[in-house]
Amino acid sequence: MSDALFSVGQRVRIADRTPPVHHRVPAYAKGQVGVIERVCGMHGRPETYIRGDGEPRTRLYRVRIPQPGLWAGYSGEAEDKLDLEVFEHWLEPVE
Amino acid sequence: MSEHEHHGHDHGHDHGRTFQPDHAEPVTDAARIGLALRELLIESGRYSADEEQAVIAKMQGARPENGAALVARAWLDPAFRARLLADGATTIRELGFDLSPTEFTVVENTGRVHNVIVCTLCSCYPRALLGMSPAWYKSKNYRSRVVREPRQVLAEFGVELEPGVEVRVHDSTAELRYMVLPQRPPGTDGWSEERLAGIVTRDSLIGAQRRLDAGS
Repeated sequence: MSDALFSVGQRVRIADRTPPVHHRVPAYAKGQVGVIERVCGMHGRPETYIRGDGEPRTRLYRVRIPQPGLWAGYSGEAEDKLDLEVFEHWLEPVE
Repeated sequence: MSEHEHHGHDHGHDHGRTFQPDHAEPVTDAARIGLALRELLIESGRYSADEEQAVIAKMQGARPENGAALVARAWLDPAFRARLLADGATTIRELGFDLSPTEFTVVENTGRVHNVIVCTLCSCYPRALLGMSPAWYKSKNYRSRVVREPRQVLAEFGVELEPGVEVRVHDSTAELRYMVLPQRPPGTDGWSEERLAGIVTRDSLIGAQRRLDAGS
């Protein structure tokens, strides 16, 4: 099991790309900035499960994004959040 | 009048009504492919028919009451609650449940936070624990709207949020499955674990209900 590249509270950006395979990153989250809410376990990658193995096993995180920045004209409250799971190879650090 | 509707017939059964059709054969391509794939997997030894039966039996044993039992235990046992929130997958084994290889994440409602679960990409749900998800959970309407306008969707479910409550939407995008730990309602002091479990609803485990009813 490899060491986690990111730690809880760290700011990250979710990559904005669309590979032509199953990748389990919803369009609304691509390019968004959030913070690491939780470091999860190692899991198979959706992009390579198509060939049957999911390798290489990759670290999964929960990323927390403030709702108001996510949707134009968000009608809820400023403190609302959206959490989702993102694999390490989809994340880059934000200074 | 046909012979079979005729009364006074020598033997006492009705030929026209004793015939039972076989179970319907699969007719869609998808159903045929599914059956063929299943047979090939068993034939090639990827898994056995017994193993498949065991998984089916486990799925059939899954129901929201399993989640309610976890909630009641968490309300009564602070150490269990802490373990459940920190590492759900391991902790639910204490009560005989197992969701591996997916992780199991319990998110706690408080006076300041309301959690709600969705899977925007498909319809991920902790089915091996809670049974089949409700139809609305799989609907495009719920999946597309609860991320974008959670407060409106919650209001449609009848959820009333106190002022200052933060809404947290959890999109189940990969290998985690979620359950909400609802708040213990007032008026339940001294209740047994079993009685507490009896007031926990399926919808409260998803976050589509906030207040549980302790009755009178």
